[in-house]
Amino acid sequence: MSDTSESTDDAEAAPDGGDDAASAVDAEEVRHVAELARVRLDDDEVAAFADQFGDILDYFEALDEVPETDREEELVNVMRPDEVEKGLSQEEALSNAEETEDGFFVGPKVS
Amino acid sequence: MAADYNAFITEATIEGDADADGPLADKTVAVKDNISTEGIRTTCGSEMLADYVPPYSATVVDRLTAAGATVVGKTNMDEFGMGTTTETSAFGPTKNPADPERVPGGSSGGSAAAVAAGDADVALGSDTGGSVRCPAAFCGVVGIKPTYGLVSRYGLVAYANSLEQIGPIAGTVEEAAAALDAIAGDDPNDGTTRDLSEVEGADPDASYAAAADGDVDGLTVGVPTELFEGADERVVETVEAAIADLEDRGAETTEISLPSVEHAVQAYYVIAMAEASSNLARFDGVRYGNRAESDGNWNESFAETREEGFGAEVKRRILLGTYALSAGYHDKYYKKAQDARAWVREDFEEAFADVDVIASPTMPVLPFELGESLDDPLRMYLADANTTPVNLANLPAISVPAGEADSLPVGLQLVGPKFDEETVIRAASAVEDAS
Repeated sequence: MSDTSESTDDAEAAPDGGDDAASAVDAEEVRHVAELARVRLDDDEVAAFADQFGDILDYFEALDEVPETDREEELVNVMRPDEVEKGLSQEEALSNAEETEDGFFVGPKVS
Repeated sequence: MAADYNAFITEATIEGDADADGPLADKTVAVKDNISTEGIRTTCGSEMLADYVPPYSATVVDRLTAAGATVVGKTNMDEFGMGTTTETSAFGPTKNPADPERVPGGSSGGSAAAVAAGDADVALGSDTGGSVRCPAAFCGVVGIKPTYGLVSRYGLVAYANSLEQIGPIAGTVEEAAAALDAIAGDDPNDGTTRDLSEVEGADPDASYAAAADGDVDGLTVGVPTELFEGADERVVETVEAAIADLEDRGAETTEISLPSVEHAVQAYYVIAMAEASSNLARFDGVRYGNRAESDGNWNESFAETREEGFGAEVKRRILLGTYALSAGYHDKYYKKAQDARAWVREDFEEAFADVDVIASPTMPVLPFELGESLDDPLRMYLADANTTPVNLANLPAISVPAGEADSLPVGLQLVGPKFDEETVIRAASAVEDAS
């Protein structure tokens, strides 16, 4: 099925649209995805990834040939009684944090 | 120990229960470094978790030590399980004991190398797209990927939850099967594990070790053409000879077709990368893991922490996974990959209406030379052509040594129906007896 029917107005997320046959990826797209994923990249990484992503996404294009399949999953919910059980102590839960204060994690400033 | 091969990231001991008897009493076990060990650092082969010390142990570790096995160390691996060579580890590559110029396979390369070098009787790996079977094949040892839901993932640091299982690696089929006996079974801490008494056709009292009896008389072995096409000729010859040995022992072989597997690698990578992009969002440097020195706000600090902490392959997969799930691309990549996954599952189900097990090369290639594939991620991904269909279909599989080609180990992969570990173990033990 077509891939862009619901997102043609979302120019920011898919700057090239999604409907081009080739999947060339430019540096700006790599930077955009890296920002979404919260991974900072240096310029060399951006250039290398842009090259590699083009090849890899071209290869993924073959998924277009896959027929739509009935997906009958035999899935059932797994439930248990909501009872208090022993878990990690506060000290254990905080033991790997870079910075803590009064029993709390300390994170970077929000803005 | 195996300092020469760099099989271990951390050498440390967790004593097994001295009163236990059974096949694992007094055995040594090496544990992949993405499986949590209380009080012993668990790095996932990543700078991000170089100092992370879990406050609890994985269910599989508790079960092995309760069965009498002593943990001797944490093994090297591709960072977060993302690789086919163990070269993406932040702790340097592991060498293959069968040929130290070559990679041991991955991502559980340290585990397979530890067993091959004699540094542990048994090892645990995790298999998301072949990460137990590939290194077993490359190092000339046995590796089992259990049916999804047979072994608890509690305490396994997640990469792609819907695909991965913890599995044993050992020198013989029977030893690997005995380790599987110890770690298998439902776990209240992992809601995806199954109670075998409630699974139709499964035997809750199965002894996997006892199934390693070499008796393949009357067994039907399916040989899928698609998993031989494109494989190295030397690999194909070695595997065909091992299948001929099975025929000599009374098995019947029949050619089958699994057309969907042509799309398995693409489907696997889209799904695994998508799940990875979500799973690895937890590494923010706040609750655990290394945090970058940063003056920036939350988002900037988060991005800098992840720039420093993750290696190139992990970044590549997080970014591609984010891309495949992003607006405008979700249907094109992720939804089609799920269609392909369902198709692969159907193909196998239909095949198992006619055959008992499916045989193929585990890896279509001989072990790479160190450094050979590192700069070409796509080439590395393509090496997973025969292992990834099994994870997409949630099935059990084993890699057993089929022989050697140019003095390098070749693995035969046997795949069985869901929860029929016994049949793949039985067939693998016959291959082992013949070689």
